[in-house]
Amino acid sequence: MTTAVPKPITAVPKPNASVLNTAVLRSEVRLFRREPGALFWILLFPALLLAILGSIPAFRHADPDLGGLRTIDVYVPVAVLLGLIVGGLQSMPQTLTGYRERGILRRMSATPVRPAALLSAQMLVYGGAALASGLLALAVGRLAFGVRLPRQPLGYLLALVLAVLVALALGAVISALSRTTKIAGAIGSAVFFPSMFCAGVWAPVQTMPDLLARIVGWTPFGAAAEALNRAAAGDWPGWGHLGVVTAWTVLLTAAAARWFRWE
Amino acid sequence: MSVIEVSELRKSYGGRPAVDGVSFAVEEGEIFGILGPNGAGKTTTVECVEGLRTPDAGRVRVTGLDPVTDHEATSRVLGAQLQESELQPKLTVREALELYAAFYPRPADWRPLAERLGLTDRLSARFGKLSGGQKQRLFIALALIGNPRIVVLDELTTGLDPRARRDTWQLIEDVRASGVTVLLVTHFMEEAQRLCDRIAVIDKGRIAALDTPAGLIRRSAGATMISFTPSEPLPEDALTALPGLASVEYRDGRVTLAGTDETVNAVITLLARSHVTAHQLRVTDATLDDAFLDLTKGEAA
Repeated sequence: MTTAVPKPITAVPKPNASVLNTAVLRSEVRLFRREPGALFWILLFPALLLAILGSIPAFRHADPDLGGLRTIDVYVPVAVLLGLIVGGLQSMPQTLTGYRERGILRRMSATPVRPAALLSAQMLVYGGAALASGLLALAVGRLAFGVRLPRQPLGYLLALVLAVLVALALGAVISALSRTTKIAGAIGSAVFFPSMFCAGVWAPVQTMPDLLARIVGWTPFGAAAEALNRAAAGDWPGWGHLGVVTAWTVLLTAAAARWFRWE
Repeated sequence: MSVIEVSELRKSYGGRPAVDGVSFAVEEGEIFGILGPNGAGKTTTVECVEGLRTPDAGRVRVTGLDPVTDHEATSRVLGAQLQESELQPKLTVREALELYAAFYPRPADWRPLAERLGLTDRLSARFGKLSGGQKQRLFIALALIGNPRIVVLDELTTGLDPRARRDTWQLIEDVRASGVTVLLVTHFMEEAQRLCDRIAVIDKGRIAALDTPAGLIRRSAGATMISFTPSEPLPEDALTALPGLASVEYRDGRVTLAGTDETVNAVITLLARSHVTAHQLRVTDATLDDAFLDLTKGEAA
């Protein structure tokens, strides 16, 4: 259309269409607090699992197979990863897909705030919850069972943040590929169990046979688990493992951006 | 002055045209209706006005703004109630009103708005627990919360009981009285006839007619309805030969003719000439319903 555009009648006020909106974020935090299921499985379950494992006497003795570590020591990073896997892969994709399915994103498109504000608020809510869950697991390990805090805290934090990002990116891909909440739940579960396996929920990475450990090291949560273990032991997490997690994050974010539909 | 201008709007889905060259202009302060059968392209048209869809061709302007490229500025002057949308099920009515008010630079005070829509005693209720009518009223409140100059209401009274529907109509008239332009999509004739200053009848993606409700009725072929029970049968060819006749119907010995004022005079002459008495003779203006069916029948057949 080449017709001259008439001048807007109203003075255009300052734009507030950023992808981050504090009112939306506040409202999503409040809604998250109303989900007892998500609160339990993301925030409490990992710490609870740690408490149960720690109450088994044998798990509190040093094990030569674990290089002198106790089983409970090895399970702290697993519990840290568990919360972010539940939040990123199970809870967030279902919430987001529901928002699209119910036309909530669409309704927001008709306001000056973009629906992207809901997406970013969701990521902050679940990312924040995953980090809180990780810190809670670390605290329970330290206070209840005397598990040493990570001796390379900066590296540990970096690995943890990257792990949260990769979980959110994977969750966003699940939501992008799912047309309905039911499908999001099904895909979420299909990805959930392999992810838990790689994170070491059934057998920590240190106890896996060499070949298996190497394969698992190429998966997002396997690499994250290795990075956390190294940082916990006091070493820098290793650029190899951090690189694997970062590469997955970039790849999955690109895929989510490519396939995500607002309606 | 036109606050909404649509010209030669086209939009197809998978090669099938949903809107096929629609043009109209909505003047400031009027209630403009878009009427049409299901699947006629009404919703697609207003979604292009709201900037939720990008037209394939044609031009849409809302207060001079392009709703797609100037989406943010458009959404500040245009409030929308969408046909199929929900809110987060655990969000309460008060939270929804406060949240949406925070999206606008100069929002309306939500308390009187909630009061006007009868939501005051439901403020702490969660969206998922509201009845269909309450949800609908909340969405009307959200459409008005940004103090818009234009409000687009898509099937606004669907799902409301007759009482709530009438209250909502009164609300729309109040909204207009406060200077807001209203674009109303509906398939309720009574609603269109009662509220709209002008109506665009859309059928198969095109505008079949655009006029005032009275104008649409006058333009349709059978603007006047004549019905009576003749004392003895009238010859059929005499009836069909009546001037200005649009249709004849026989039911239970009763004859119903649709036509013009000319038809009325001719019927009276015919009755007198044939010495037939017309029992319970009624001459009424056709309703918008009749006009609508007449305007959209050609293509529907």
